[in-house]
Amino acid sequence: MLHLVLFLVFAAICVAGAVNLLVQKHPISSALSLVVVMASLAVEYLLLGAEFVAAVQVIVYAGAVMVLFVFVIMLLNAGEEETTKGSRVALVLGVPGALAGGLLVAWVLIRHSGDTALSLGALPGYPKTIGWLLFHEFLLPFEVTSILVLIAILGAVFLAAKPETPPAPTGRKG
Amino acid sequence: MTPSLHLWLIPALPLLGAAINGFFGRRFSRQAVSGVALTFAGAAFLMALYVAARFSSLELPYTEFLAHWIRSGSGPHMFVAEFEFYLDQLTLVMLLVVTGVGFLIHIYSVGYMWEEGGFYRFFAYLNLFMFFMLTLVLAGNYLQMFIGWEGVGLASYLLIGFWFTKDSAASAGKKAFIVNRIGDFGFLIALFLLIKHFGSLNFGQVFTSISQKPGESTGFGLLTSIGLLLMVGAAGKSAQIPLYVWLPDAMEGPTPVSALIHAATMVTAGVYMVARSHVIFDRAPNALTVVAIIGTLTALFAATIGIAQTDIKKVLAYSTVSQLGYMFMACGVAAYSAGIFHLMTHAFFKGLLFLGAGSVIHAVGGEQDMRKMGGLRQYIPITFITMSVATFAIAGIWPFAGFFSKDEILARAYQANPAYWFIGVTTAFITSFYMFRLWYMTFWGDYRGRDSAGHGHADPHGHQGHGDPHESPMVMLVPLMILAVLSFTGGWVGIGGRFEHFLAPVFGEGASTGATEALSHGTEIILVTISLSAAVLGWILAYQLYLKRPELPQKIADMLGGLYQAVVHKYYIDEIYATLFVKPLVDGSTRILWHGVDQGVIDAAVNDAADGARHVSDAARHMQSGNLRSYAGWVAAGGAVVIAYMIWMGVR
Amino acid sequence: MVPISYYLILSGILFACGVIGFLIKRNIITIFMSIELMLNGVNLSFVAFAAQWGHLSGQIFVFFVMVVAAAETAVGLAIIIAVFRTRETLNVDQVNLLKL
Repeated sequence: MLHLVLFLVFAAICVAGAVNLLVQKHPISSALSLVVVMASLAVEYLLLGAEFVAAVQVIVYAGAVMVLFVFVIMLLNAGEEETTKGSRVALVLGVPGALAGGLLVAWVLIRHSGDTALSLGALPGYPKTIGWLLFHEFLLPFEVTSILVLIAILGAVFLAAKPETPPAPTGRKG
Repeated sequence: MTPSLHLWLIPALPLLGAAINGFFGRRFSRQAVSGVALTFAGAAFLMALYVAARFSSLELPYTEFLAHWIRSGSGPHMFVAEFEFYLDQLTLVMLLVVTGVGFLIHIYSVGYMWEEGGFYRFFAYLNLFMFFMLTLVLAGNYLQMFIGWEGVGLASYLLIGFWFTKDSAASAGKKAFIVNRIGDFGFLIALFLLIKHFGSLNFGQVFTSISQKPGESTGFGLLTSIGLLLMVGAAGKSAQIPLYVWLPDAMEGPTPVSALIHAATMVTAGVYMVARSHVIFDRAPNALTVVAIIGTLTALFAATIGIAQTDIKKVLAYSTVSQLGYMFMACGVAAYSAGIFHLMTHAFFKGLLFLGAGSVIHAVGGEQDMRKMGGLRQYIPITFITMSVATFAIAGIWPFAGFFSKDEILARAYQANPAYWFIGVTTAFITSFYMFRLWYMTFWGDYRGRDSAGHGHADPHGHQGHGDPHESPMVMLVPLMILAVLSFTGGWVGIGGRFEHFLAPVFGEGASTGATEALSHGTEIILVTISLSAAVLGWILAYQLYLKRPELPQKIADMLGGLYQAVVHKYYIDEIYATLFVKPLVDGSTRILWHGVDQGVIDAAVNDAADGARHVSDAARHMQSGNLRSYAGWVAAGGAVVIAYMIWMGVR
Repeated sequence: MVPISYYLILSGILFACGVIGFLIKRNIITIFMSIELMLNGVNLSFVAFAAQWGHLSGQIFVFFVMVVAAAETAVGLAIIIAVFRTRETLNVDQVNLLKL
């Protein structure tokens, strides 16, 4: 009972945040709504017993990635979104298509998953167990992701660096 | 087993000459070109003589196999055609005529064409013609004969249009080839019928199969159809009604070409083919009657046109058509050996007439209109003498060659049906008339050409300010003299029926319709007298009209009015053909085939396909808008489709 | 006891919101955020299935998805900054040099 109530409350908050992201005009408002979504998702993970994942969600996603988003929005001084006439296709074809695809997938998944009910904290994801898996079964992906992160850092630094301005010509030669 | 005669050499040698002159002749000197051409033509003639020498020791008919050619199908319906040669008495006669007269004309051409451009081309074509004609004559099956048949048509086209920059010459060449093709169509269908019903085109096999069939006395059976279709082909090649219209136009070509192709050899291919196929015609009397009627009518018709022509070559052209009519008349009454006899003598005297005409034209600096000639016998005596021999020969005066062959035909025609004989004698009278007309207008009286500068029309052979007419060089005169001797003596092989006897094994004379009993000696004397008188009458009439009282012809022409006009304009046959056949064909082709099919269907299909592709791509390119969101839209929609498909696949 | 289908429906809603946001929004940063929303939706269903089948590898995968998302965000935002420098605009409809 408590499980269901908690789930529904935080699911509602999640969906509200997602919809708000779509509705808001200013990107900073959308960013903050996204933070709300992530936080509520962390609670959902906790309800399923994935404590480590919930913690990482808050720390990495809400704490680092969203902070990065907010930084960039502030940096670029993004203003309110202008309404420009963009693409008719996106609206006419894309939205119904997305909805249809989403509905289909959802329908299939629901049909095939039966009526399994999950209990509170169904699969406890202790840091110890996860750590053990990471360093034994999933060692290769783990190491590869570290290289991926390195590449991302290099790429980001290079792409976002200020372009070099040629040194101002000095008065005398030599 | 007789050792091989290597018959393949006879056509191959001129082919080699044509190849050498054709590919390399441009860089040769005139002497080299003529040397090559004469060598190979002469070599062919020598080979023919060699064959003649070995002839009596051969077992006839002598066949020689050269190479495999066609093997189509399998089992009992397999069709086989080989490259093979067939030699019998008929072939030998044709061989000697073609190579002999051909060689003489080659020699003559060296002199005649010396000043012309494209010297090497002319001799290459001439040798090429010899190759095809010899292939035709020596062929061992109808298919090989057809190669030669088509090939001589090609050579004729090339040579008639030798001066291709001239519109009239180019058109004449086209006309000859196209009209020939109409006849070839009939020939081809006959060949198809032969293949279907007898399974082969080889002479030996076909004739053996046919001779086992009974004759068709009534109606239009298979053999009659084949015979008629073969006659269509012969009518095209040998310029009979209704396909003779190309021969007068063919005079646009150089005169040696007219002599060789359109007098002595190519046009006789039709007669040769009918004679060769006598086995078919012997069993199809209706077809034979049609042959005879066509031949007789053509003879008369062409002769009447000849009396009003003023161009010396055109007179000879219509004369050729008329004489070919005689040959077909002979074949039509199953007197094949008489037809071949006339073919041989005609080659001599008509070839001589054309070569002599060329000499005359050369003498007066290119003029071909007889009204501007006259009195030439003082200037060009040798030409005069040789042409006189030929004129007497063609008129059928005893003891020249034409007398014997023409009389042979007339006698056999009388035996078959006196109507043929009557028309034949009338034609002989007209022939004699127009030939002597030509003789008088050209060589007697006063020279009428001194005022006109003498620029010839069809034969650009003159020089400016020619002065007096002069005799031709020896290289042109020697062939004239040799042919004159042959025109005088050539008929004597027919005395006592020796020629007929020689060809008898080929034709099995006497096994055909009618003509089984020989004419009584008295009847023969009467017939000969009548035809001789007709010839002499023609001579006298020509003398009266063209020497004694030259103002008479104009008065007679005015008196006859419209009839005379019709004859001068060749009975407007060319105009009738143009309206009836040519114009509708050209119009229909332009409107239906060109605008309708080529532009409307084919071009439209291609253009519309291109347009369609353009429209489709025009519509599709909107997908590549450069706009991120539309890309996303497409991806979302596509993703939904893929998911749906996968679900559907999974559900099935 | 919450049936798993609830979690999946929630996941689907989040994903659909993300896609629609991607299609509707014009500000490129907002579009990027919609991508993050999509990823989160997927993460939720991974964890739900892991709980259903009792396999921890579902959660491990979530871990890796987060790492990748972080890396991608870093690089993506760097690109956006570079584009902003040249085009002076964050409106994605005006970044259309590929237009025919």
